[in-house]
Amino acid sequence: MARRPRRRDAGGMAETAVRVRGLRKRYGDVDAVNGVDLDVRQGEVFALLGPNGAGKSTAVEILEGHRRRTAGEVSVLGADPARAGRDWRARIGIVPQTSAENPQLTVREMVRHFASYYPRPRDPDEVIEAVGLAEQAGRRVGRLSGGQRRRVDVALGIIGDPELLFLDEPTTGFDPDARRRFWELIQGLAHDGTTILLTTHYLDEAEALADRVGVIAAGRMLAVDTPARLGGRATATARVSWRDPDGPRHIDTASPTQVVAELSAKFGGEVPELAVTRPSLEDVYLEMIGAVR
Amino acid sequence: MTLALRLGLARGALELKMFVRERAAVAFSFGLPIVLLLIFGTVFKGEVGDTGVDFRQYFAAGIIASGIMSTTFTSLGIAIASERDDGTLKRLYGTPMPRASYFIGKTVSALTLSVAETAVLFAVGGALFGLRPPATPERWLTFAWVFVLGVTACTLLGVAVSGVPASGRSAAAVFNLPYLVLQFISGVFFVFGDLPSGVQQVGALFPLKWMCQGLRSALLPDALLAAEPARSWEHGRVALVLAAWCMGGLVLCLTTFRWKRRHER
Repeated sequence: MARRPRRRDAGGMAETAVRVRGLRKRYGDVDAVNGVDLDVRQGEVFALLGPNGAGKSTAVEILEGHRRRTAGEVSVLGADPARAGRDWRARIGIVPQTSAENPQLTVREMVRHFASYYPRPRDPDEVIEAVGLAEQAGRRVGRLSGGQRRRVDVALGIIGDPELLFLDEPTTGFDPDARRRFWELIQGLAHDGTTILLTTHYLDEAEALADRVGVIAAGRMLAVDTPARLGGRATATARVSWRDPDGPRHIDTASPTQVVAELSAKFGGEVPELAVTRPSLEDVYLEMIGAVR
Repeated sequence: MTLALRLGLARGALELKMFVRERAAVAFSFGLPIVLLLIFGTVFKGEVGDTGVDFRQYFAAGIIASGIMSTTFTSLGIAIASERDDGTLKRLYGTPMPRASYFIGKTVSALTLSVAETAVLFAVGGALFGLRPPATPERWLTFAWVFVLGVTACTLLGVAVSGVPASGRSAAAVFNLPYLVLQFISGVFFVFGDLPSGVQQVGALFPLKWMCQGLRSALLPDALLAAEPARSWEHGRVALVLAAWCMGGLVLCLTTFRWKRRHER
């Protein structure tokens, strides 16, 4: 993918692409977003994880300038999205949750047309190639599969050569193969220096793509960390489980090896149904969001 | 040429391309007035009162006004409502496209389709019912300003009313009901002067009645005046009412237009 190198820190601009403090969005008497802080560094891939209705799309749409916030400070590429104009919009790319319509237009017509909105667009044919639709370029959008349509969405999101790309649940409804190829596309963009803010409820997607993840539930940010360390996963206590004459037993411990040695001595050899487990990202996530339900 | 205008014209071309490729839209919104002209033109007989004017020509003039309203108010309004519902508007809002370009594009496509619709109705009305183009330069001028004011008023109202339906699916009902009713009370299907006076008064509140009357004044002989309630073409009033609807429509557009669905604030 040949393109101009991204300026990581043009003109002494802040290293932070997105900075949010105390973000609040109130609908009626419900706080859909309730005091969220967030920092996304330039060049970073940040994933917002959370169940449906957690407030992640609302939060992202405020950052995109689509919704107004009730309270809090928001800075995206150094500007307030609620007041930012065309110049700012030219620097961001948005892949919304729902797919593009206009089924009567071909992929190439649509991408070319959107390119004309931007001051410094990427080459439309190159973008179509990059999202893997070169063979479908002359086909009407209405005749594409769901996964291919989503690739059109991504093409429209990156045609303006954005510094910051928003991806709102980009792979919902994909088959595993299409999801894997989509990840490669996003990893390529990240490699070229595009900052990416992604929402998803697929944990494997967050683990594969994100430098850091934030877990959001009931409008609150519960934790922010790398996928490997989220929720103290790397240092979490292990669970040693086995069966004794009274039935199944388990101990949560920071020193499983010692527990196993003691059990081994106690049973004088094989311990029935012995297992040592550590929490997966999914376990950590489910425990976090379970606590706020 | 400014960026907004250049992109607006590009959008207009794109809108027309999409319209032509959507065969159902072509057949329905564009074809309906033509079908109505053919059906009713064949069914209706006789002349308007004892003015010597063939009622089918009276009807053809009304259908041209109705065709303008169909391509602008109805088709345009339904299209915008579904573009709001399916996220097309929101997607455009997320780009640096100048906001005006969207409206310029819609105006270009609505105007083009209205001219095409009128041309086809003229051809059909001329071939089958003896409808003649305006006879004098003055009448051409009348035709032109009634056409432009009618297209403008209906386009602006279509954009404004597009915010009323809660979803793209309910848009067809929201737009077709008033369109259908207005055709009955504005002098399209029936001679306006034959309607009960209460109905006339309601019809006179809306632009279609004045578009019909203005087009009749450009296309039909003055002998028809005997059947007009005011015994006059009332050009001043036609211009005034249509201009008022243009202003009202513009104010509504500027104050109520939404790029997002109703709950997305």
